[in-house]
Amino acid sequence: MAILIDETSRVLVQGITGREGAFHAGRMRAAGTNVVAGTSPGKGGQVVDGVPVFDSVAAAVRDTSADVAVLFVPARFARDAMLESADAGVRLVVCVTEGIPARDMAEVTAHLTRRGSLLVGPNGPGLITPGRCSAGIMPAAVFLAGHVGLVSRSGTLTYEVVNELTLAGIGQSTVVGMGGDPLHGLGFLECLERYEADDETASVVLIGEIGGGDEERAAAYVNEKMTKPVVAYIAGFGAPPGKRMGHAGAIVDGSSGTAAEKKAALEAAGIPVASAPADVVPLLRQRLERRRSR
Amino acid sequence: MDLLEYQGKALFAEAGLPVLRSQLITDAAEAEPAARELGFPVAVKAQVKTGGRGKAGGIRVCADAAEAAAAAADILGMSIRGHRVEAALVEEGAEIEREMYLAISSSRRHRGPLLIFCREGGVDIEAVARRDPSALVRTPIDPLLGLCDYQVRDVVAAAGIDPTATTPAGKPARQELGAVVRKLWRFYHQRDATLAEINPLVLTRQSEVVCLDSKVTIDDNALYRQTDLGGDAAEDEREGKARRAGLAFVPLDGDIGVLGNGAGLVMSTIDQIADAGGSAADFCDIGGGARAEVVAAALDVILSAGTARALLVSIFGGITRCDEVARGLIEVFGTADVSVPVVVRLDGNAAEAGREVLAEAALDGLTVAPSAEEAVRLVVAAAKASADAAAGGQAAGGEAL
Repeated sequence: MAILIDETSRVLVQGITGREGAFHAGRMRAAGTNVVAGTSPGKGGQVVDGVPVFDSVAAAVRDTSADVAVLFVPARFARDAMLESADAGVRLVVCVTEGIPARDMAEVTAHLTRRGSLLVGPNGPGLITPGRCSAGIMPAAVFLAGHVGLVSRSGTLTYEVVNELTLAGIGQSTVVGMGGDPLHGLGFLECLERYEADDETASVVLIGEIGGGDEERAAAYVNEKMTKPVVAYIAGFGAPPGKRMGHAGAIVDGSSGTAAEKKAALEAAGIPVASAPADVVPLLRQRLERRRSR
Repeated sequence: MDLLEYQGKALFAEAGLPVLRSQLITDAAEAEPAARELGFPVAVKAQVKTGGRGKAGGIRVCADAAEAAAAAADILGMSIRGHRVEAALVEEGAEIEREMYLAISSSRRHRGPLLIFCREGGVDIEAVARRDPSALVRTPIDPLLGLCDYQVRDVVAAAGIDPTATTPAGKPARQELGAVVRKLWRFYHQRDATLAEINPLVLTRQSEVVCLDSKVTIDDNALYRQTDLGGDAAEDEREGKARRAGLAFVPLDGDIGVLGNGAGLVMSTIDQIADAGGSAADFCDIGGGARAEVVAAALDVILSAGTARALLVSIFGGITRCDEVARGLIEVFGTADVSVPVVVRLDGNAAEAGREVLAEAALDGLTVAPSAEEAVRLVVAAAKASADAAAGGQAAGGEAL
């Protein structure tokens, strides 16, 4: 079923009566998504673009069986919105919001883990299974349905690489933007495990950046457990230590979390690392051909 | 937001954590009266947001007034790893029996706070742990449950403090340490810290437990609810301007101005410039939409330093159409006073239409690149040509003299 979302996903938009919520709800539907409900406290009973609005997530889930929630909620209310979705039994919570305090995210991830809900984000574009479901803000037009899984810490770099893939006629199974915050939901590891198990995914592109050790842990996993080919791209070789490069999580701490370190770890695990976004496609082709010729 | 030692200690004191009496000085003349009031010996400590100040001579223990005055005169104004010392903390002395390490920090791996304690402080705690694993406690704190009693007991056990040791006030030293751990967690949680480090945490000869240093980072995303903390005073003028305009901006050392729509995209562009033999003057993420007024603000911030010899604008249109972006760029570059060559790269949604709109406008000094790779090549060449011309001009001027 690709991973995480497909045509059977029933999507709920939290904050659907806001400008962003309404805009992206429309775009998600245009991308083939089954948007079944929206929420906005105090605005239950309204209809936005044919989508019924509820006062609470619990009410929306009861009436529509929504299983995926996408939040368009300001940073200071995001914690509560994510907790509300998890408590209402939503399977997958997608948070696009940037600027959520680390304390809130620590509490949210701990609570969602106990509830058994998954989280994608925050501070990312969400995820998309091209042609079937978009849960977030990815520009569906640059995507093409196919068999490459892609997971990334950066929104625009995702679009760049996907654009190259699509122009080369290489489609994607599911593309996940895990977000640029240091504390986030699903990471490389959790996505790689799902791609490995997914019949529709034949190979994976991993896009990392400076900060933390997610790429290193992904490399170890690929080395030990993964049978499908993986290629990578890493951004931030020129980042000075101690400076946040746009994303809250993109920071070299002391001497750890550098791009060079990540590249070395990936290459040591047999994962080729592209030198520019445009080089991902030829690198992936090479890997797939080598595999075929074996 | 990183706090200076004295700022962190002021918050520690509010949270009931034990700190020594101290006074902040910004002028060497203030050292002597401050030291006399505190009583000798005192420590004079440089207030900078960087490590290694002890090795750099930024901390001096002084036995009398003359020494304190001399230390303050040396330390104020000195430069430690590129940070100028604007203030020093004069702090009463302590008789140190033992130095320990205690910190709580936000751990990506554990997706929440991590408590770290080491029996020995002021040293490489990993090395201590290799030698004697029982000296180290590293335990994630559940963000919903908070610090548990067993975790406090683990720290106290690892510290190995004599169970009979009591403070002059008659309190067991082990109990004092436990209280410090609990108070540090409460502080970390309530203050939205992402780092609260005490290195060293000191056991004195009188069996008191004291925070001899503080290293505190407050989560920028939570400043809205930590309203008494104010802004980051160390921020430079351009960084402040950029932040107010909603830009993510980091000044760099090179001569090619860079702006783009997305943090990853801009980081990647900077890397490609370096690969092509150039060097970026900044990191500037204008975010989604690439609206004209945001681009104008970015130009203002980037060019005001006067270090950029060329400028690369790299836009990937996702939801935003590149032809709309192009019209915005024409509006900006048609009116702004941009004296350096500009290369524009547009890709993604309606990229071709966008490039055509820009090409038709034929703006002076603005080149439209057909690809990201070509854009990088062009801007590196433009910066180099400009640098060569400047060097040539200087040489010619020299001859004229």
